[in-house]
Amino acid sequence: MNWLTDFFGNPENWTGPGGIPMRLLEHLEYSVLALVLAVLIAIPLGLLIGHTGKGGVIVVISANLARALPTLGMLVLFVLLLGTASILPVIIPLVLLSIPPILVNTFEGIRGVDPELRDAAYGMGLRGGQVLGRVLVPVALPLILLGLRLSAIQVVATTTVAAYVGLGGLGRFVIDGFATKEYASVVGGSVLIVLFALVVQLAFTLVQRVSVSPGVSQRIR
Amino acid sequence: MRRTWQGGYGPATNGRSRVITFDSVTKRYPDGTVAVDNLSLEAPTGQITVFVGPSGCGKTTSLRMINRMIDASDGQILLDGTAVQTIDPPTLRRGIGYVIQQAGLFPHRKIVDNVATVPFLLGWDKKKARDRAMELLEVVGLDPAMAQRYPFQLSGGQQQRVGVARALAADPPVLLMDEPFSAVDPIVRTSLQDELLKLQSELNKTIVFVTHDIDEAIKLGDRVAVLRVGGRLAQLADPKTLLSEPADEFVREFLGHDRGIRRLQFISAAGLRLRTDLTVAEDAFPADSDEPWLLIVTPDRRPVAWVTPRRPEEREPYGTFLHGKDNMRSALDAALLSPSGCAVAVDEDGKVVGVATREALDEALAEAADV
Repeated sequence: MNWLTDFFGNPENWTGPGGIPMRLLEHLEYSVLALVLAVLIAIPLGLLIGHTGKGGVIVVISANLARALPTLGMLVLFVLLLGTASILPVIIPLVLLSIPPILVNTFEGIRGVDPELRDAAYGMGLRGGQVLGRVLVPVALPLILLGLRLSAIQVVATTTVAAYVGLGGLGRFVIDGFATKEYASVVGGSVLIVLFALVVQLAFTLVQRVSVSPGVSQRIR
Repeated sequence: MRRTWQGGYGPATNGRSRVITFDSVTKRYPDGTVAVDNLSLEAPTGQITVFVGPSGCGKTTSLRMINRMIDASDGQILLDGTAVQTIDPPTLRRGIGYVIQQAGLFPHRKIVDNVATVPFLLGWDKKKARDRAMELLEVVGLDPAMAQRYPFQLSGGQQQRVGVARALAADPPVLLMDEPFSAVDPIVRTSLQDELLKLQSELNKTIVFVTHDIDEAIKLGDRVAVLRVGGRLAQLADPKTLLSEPADEFVREFLGHDRGIRRLQFISAAGLRLRTDLTVAEDAFPADSDEPWLLIVTPDRRPVAWVTPRRPEEREPYGTFLHGKDNMRSALDAALLSPSGCAVAVDEDGKVVGVATREALDEALAEAADV
């Protein structure tokens, strides 16, 4: 427990470019950037494949790659290829890591909508895009948000590895702490990362509450 | 050439129904299966045409070709002379009401907005669309309080009513109903059927109704098209003709064994000879009557019980039918419910009009068998 008070009680840890606020901001920056890019790629792709039923193989490949690709290995590879002048070597592996959960869940969410419902929507005279936007997406939203949440938590946790290649983020406390045997820093950094992940989880729960129709979540009685 | 079609709304077609014509329509799938084979028939304006047959007879496929959920391989389907193939499917569908088996309500939308789906699509003002939806909930017999609920909060029967309201929202002249009542329990089904008939007597839509239940077909149809497996038309007739003159062995078998009894429901009981001298007041029971049975009535002429003068202390149950409204099947049913073998004719207030004795029923049945 001393480690925690040592770490959080030290005023030096709260200021400057290596302080907690700055590292937190960097961590946030990498995570958000990676997640936004992943969303821009995976959501449209998932909607398209789920709605048209064509290209399902892409989803399968993506889901399998997610298990096979070592994040750390990719990070090293991209650092070797691109150098450390930009944050790209960190962002690219994070994006690749977060695409599969979003893609798979979006696809499954859309494809899993009751065929009768899809049929009724077309039968009422909705056009293809209207069926997707007005019926399939609202009904599939819980699964789509689940994919987003899984990705976000994964990204927040994995952004830690940015510190390996000298970039910022909360991982610096952990990695640097190990290197200099300052275990207060290791523990404090870990706690911060865990808290961050919990906040993300909470944020998504709130988003789900607000955006998913009570008719779909069946929350009311 | 692409022709425009106004759909069922707007001043041009306001309230007017349409005739649907199948002209040598065939649906063949790429694997060679023929679902509908050279079907030609007409679903007349303002009538209920029922497609009935065993599974695999192409009845649903035929229905879905009307609103182009499926496209015909050969032949054409005409709506008031316009081939549906020339109409853009979403535009076509917005002008045709569509009710399906599981209702298919949008789970994320409140009931009122589900009903207003098509008006919204047609660009109606939100308030006007919702007002119309509220009006329709009442028409299909739902409590206005349901409007703010979500589909999962409603029973199957209630959802099906919403499904009918949704199909009627933009007042389309044509209604397609694909086994709409087959997923609800028999009691709810009967009341939904009765209400459909009542609605239809007010709205006069051109309705095509698909079912696998021959009793439902006979009850609802003005005309019944019996289809056989492979999508060929076995017989197209009004229910009475279907029951009395089935075209072939397939139709006869499909109709089932009690078609003689069922035919009675198309014969009015209004022609039954009624006797008015068989009723007695409670306290004025005659000790010396030659009649085997007498009906005790209250001072305001409501039936109480049958008694036989031989054992005046024993009260026996009675069965009634509505005079002038009910058919021979109901009258016979009422007679069989009582040991007296007589059916009591009552008016709409439940007061006794007269009694149909076994002799009167016999005469009427003999006449019915003659047809």
